[in-house]
Order: sequence, then structure tokens, then C-alpha cells
Amino acid sequence: MSTRESLSLEPELEPRLKLVEAGSHAEGAPRTMILNMGPQHPSMHGVFRAVVELDGETIVNVRPVVGYLHRGVEKLAEARTWAQVIPYTDRLDYISAMNNNQAYVMAVEKLAGIEVPERAELIRVIMAELNRIQSHLMFVGSFGLDLGAYTPFLYCFREREAIYDLFEMACGARLTTSYLRIGGVARDLPEGFLPKLKELLKAMPDHIQEYNNVLTGNEIFQARTKGVGYLSRETALAYSITGPMLRAAGVNYDVRKADPYSLYSRFDFEVPLGQNSDSFDRYYLRILEMQQSVRIVEQAVKALEELGPGPIQAKVSRLLKPPAGEAYAHIESPKGDLGCYVVSDGGTKPYRFRWRPPSFINLQALPEMVRGWKIADFIAIFAGVDIVLGEVDR
Amino acid sequence: MEVGGQHTPADGSSGPVYYAQEQIRKADERFWEEEVKRNVLVAPVDAIFNWARKSSLWPFTFGLACCAIEMMGSSMARYDFDRLGVFFRSSPRQADVMIVAGTVTRKMAPIVRRLYEQMAEPKYVVAMGACAISGGPFRDSYSVMMGVDRIIPVDVYVAGCPPRPEALIEGFLRLRAKIERDSVVKKRA
Repeated sequence: MSTRESLSLEPELEPRLKLVEAGSHAEGAPRTMILNMGPQHPSMHGVFRAVVELDGETIVNVRPVVGYLHRGVEKLAEARTWAQVIPYTDRLDYISAMNNNQAYVMAVEKLAGIEVPERAELIRVIMAELNRIQSHLMFVGSFGLDLGAYTPFLYCFREREAIYDLFEMACGARLTTSYLRIGGVARDLPEGFLPKLKELLKAMPDHIQEYNNVLTGNEIFQARTKGVGYLSRETALAYSITGPMLRAAGVNYDVRKADPYSLYSRFDFEVPLGQNSDSFDRYYLRILEMQQSVRIVEQAVKALEELGPGPIQAKVSRLLKPPAGEAYAHIESPKGDLGCYVVSDGGTKPYRFRWRPPSFINLQALPEMVRGWKIADFIAIFAGVDIVLGEVDR
Repeated sequence: MEVGGQHTPADGSSGPVYYAQEQIRKADERFWEEEVKRNVLVAPVDAIFNWARKSSLWPFTFGLACCAIEMMGSSMARYDFDRLGVFFRSSPRQADVMIVAGTVTRKMAPIVRRLYEQMAEPKYVVAMGACAISGGPFRDSYSVMMGVDRIIPVDVYVAGCPPRPEALIEGFLRLRAKIERDSVVKKRA
């Protein structure tokens, strides 16, 4: 930081505040005030800022301000080789690193025409679904935390640590795994991985029952979330919302079913749907999705054991040069429809790397959902969107 | 005069009442002596202050990016940060330590600086992760600060991307060691 004035806060709020003070409410207009939440706020997930316009306690409007974590990943990727971009995808939606890896490597494989060995695909499915469980656990925990329930957070982190252990066995990292490679995975599953995974899968239904006992069945929790933050099916579609938020509105859209990738067409699982499109549905869908993910992992483990050892990496040149062209691949990330668009000019680096971040797009409907609700409901509605700022700002 | 083993003082005051009072006075004295031995601690001012400061470091809940997830992980049951007296607070006014957990972008930098200035003295800063140390993998980005130490003074750097909870705990132990070396007594020139 070179100059002192560059450290002053943005002046953007001031004109609006002056307008309110000057009496824009004189002609019988509602008297509104502005409440700034964030970027540092205990119940803002990360560095998100919401400028909320209030009439008493009722929300008139909300303006999301994003960009506090804009790291310019899309630009940085242009100066990295194709393989070097993988660690950057980890740090976009850092709660579901495996899924991010998958979207990127799938796009590059499509571009370069690489066939992935079946064993690697199965390992990818296991990892992606484990990461989905982990991401949903984070959601359930922090959703409870935002509504004043601390215990579920501790429970959720217990299972998250169990999954961290599995990731650590496979790739050495806990959070930012960078496990998937173009054409396969970094290394084969280590000895003792599958028994430990089976242990977790066996215990998972009981754990989910625990969350249901402590949170889903909680009267206060239900009173704060049921019927809160309604988003109509049409609005959800108009905003091109995806993921659990869309499915809570009753739209059956899951990329794993709608446009099956990897080996998902092989597995037997259901897509849970909501009816009320409220905060509670958005929460409960994720609990149901965890159960489905457990089912998928169980099937994938069985398939992996039947398949036996084999190659986990296709033959890919160290200095990959995909032919000039473009490719788009999308997956169902825990947050929604995650897309990756890559353009190659035939060189060793991506010409363009574009990310379709589901949580950024889901966030756009926030004003629609919170209008007319009380300020206390804002947290319950906002937490239900499940955003990760790394992905929103990129 | 000795009556039944009772002590009679020379000034004439005597009797069981006086005896009882005397015993109580002696017991009282012994009691306070014991209490003083047990409860009064004579130590240098520095040692007392530093002990108090290092034993309850309250960090500021301030997650910027990926590292925040590991920061939360450290305060959960497995790593149990609370056993070191580390207890997260949501307001800079109540916090002693700022853990800069994540990438500091140019847009976020003024806010980080302001939050640091809002904290009460004595205050410490832990730069957690590669991004807060130097910009990390985003070092050459147009929107990322090359380390938080360009805007606020940093006491402890914790390496990693993101650092494991064990690393963060080690960082706090280093911070405690640093606080122990501190002095609150001004040296006279």
C-alpha cells in the first residue's frame, strides 16, 4: 500500500446515506435505513458483504457486494501449464476441492481426447461423493451455527475429520487435495483406505440420524426455517439457479442424471426433491443428498473391488499440448451445476480458462428471497444459499 | 494462678471467655498465614502480565479464504484449541490476536487494516498460510496483496497452503514464547 487514502473505506455508501437523511421518505414514503453487514461479520460466510435496506425490521432491499476475495484465478491460469491449473481449482470452492478438480480435468480431457481408465473413474467418483458429503456437512454445521445451534457444528466436524483422514491417506493433503490429474488420479488408493472408508460408510447413517435428532427435529430450528425465504420455481429457473436450491423448488435437475458424466449412469441413486422451496427444504435436501452419496460410494467401492488392480492414469504427455479448440465440461458440484470452459491455442498453456461458479449464480437470487422478511430471517435465508466466497469471487 | 490448665494473664483478666478469644485469635493468625502462603504470589510484574496475556489469547474470527476452514478445524473437538485458552471472538474489540487466514486482496486490505486498528492493545497478528505470508500461489495476480505484512505488523508466520491445525497450534505456541519475552515495565534511560 503506497498511499494513505487508498486505505480509506469505499465511499459508495455515503451518497445513499445522505439521501436517506435528507428525507427521501418525506412524502409518505417508507422510512428506510441502511445496515451494512460484512465483509467481516460472524454470520457472513467468508468475506461477503450485504448492504441491507430496512424499513423498521423488515428488509426492503439487499445489495450483495462481492469481490473481496477476487484473486484473478482465470487470468492466472493463462500463465500456467495445463497441469499447473489443477491446484488453483482447489482453491476456488475450497470446501469441495475434488469436485473442482474433476470439472477442470474433465474439460481438458474432452479437449485433448484422453480416455480415463475405469479404475481412475471409480476412484474419482468415490472422492467426489466423499467431498460432497464433506461439503454438505459443512453446510449443515454452519447453518446450525448461524441459527444459534453450536452442537451440530461439532458433530459435523467429527465426520469431516474422518473424511479428511481418508483424503490424507490418498493424497497427503486435507483440504486442498489436488488429487485428480489430467487422464486419471495422482496415485492409487493406499492400503487400508477401503476398510477405513467402509467403516465410515457403515457409521454414516447413525451420524445422519444424530443431526436429525439435534437439528432437523428441533422445534426452534423448524420455526426459524420453515416457510422462510420462499423462492418460486419460475424465479429460480429465471435466475438459472442450480443445485440443492433449485431442487428445493421442486425442479428435478441434477447434472449426474440430466447429463451423466464419469460413471454416474452406472449407479443407482435418487435425486431428492423439495416441495416448499424454503430454507428448511434447502437444508433437509442436503441431509438427504448425503444419504444418496453414501449409497453411491458403497456401490463404487463394490465396483472397485470387483474390478481389481489396474492402471489409474492414461498416457498423457508431461507437457500436454491439446489441439486448438474449446471444450466445456460440467459436473454436479455440492453447490450446483459447476462448469469449466477451456480454450486451447495448441500451446502448453490454456488460452482461456472460464469457471461457471454455481454459488455466485445462486447468490443472485438473494434479494428476491429476502425481500419482505425480517432482518433476523436474513441469516436463515442467506445461510441456506451455501456460498463459498472463493468460488463467488474467483 | 492456674485453674484447670487455664492460663490467667498478669493483668487480672481471666476466665474461659478470654481463653476462647485468645484461641480464636491464634487460629485466625495461623489461618491467614496459611492463606497468604497459598494465595499471595510475589513475582516480577513482567512475569505476571506475560503469564496472563499468553494464557488467554483470544483470536478474532476472521476467515478470509481456505485457511479459515482449517482455523475452524483447530477449534473443533479433535484439535481443541480451547485447551490453550484460545477462544474465538467475533469482535475486534474483544480480541487479542488477529489470525489472517487467507488471501488478502487489494479490495480487502483497507478493511483488514481498519479491523487491526480497532483491536485493543496489546495485539498480535498471526499470518496463516502462504497467501497471508507472501501472496502464495496468487502472488502474481493483479488483485492480490503480496503478504499481509505490507499493511499490518506480523508476529508469527505459519507456513502451509493451508497449514494443518497442528501447524496453527505450533504458531500459537511460538506466539506464547514471544509474549513471554515481552516487557511491560518501561526501562528508565
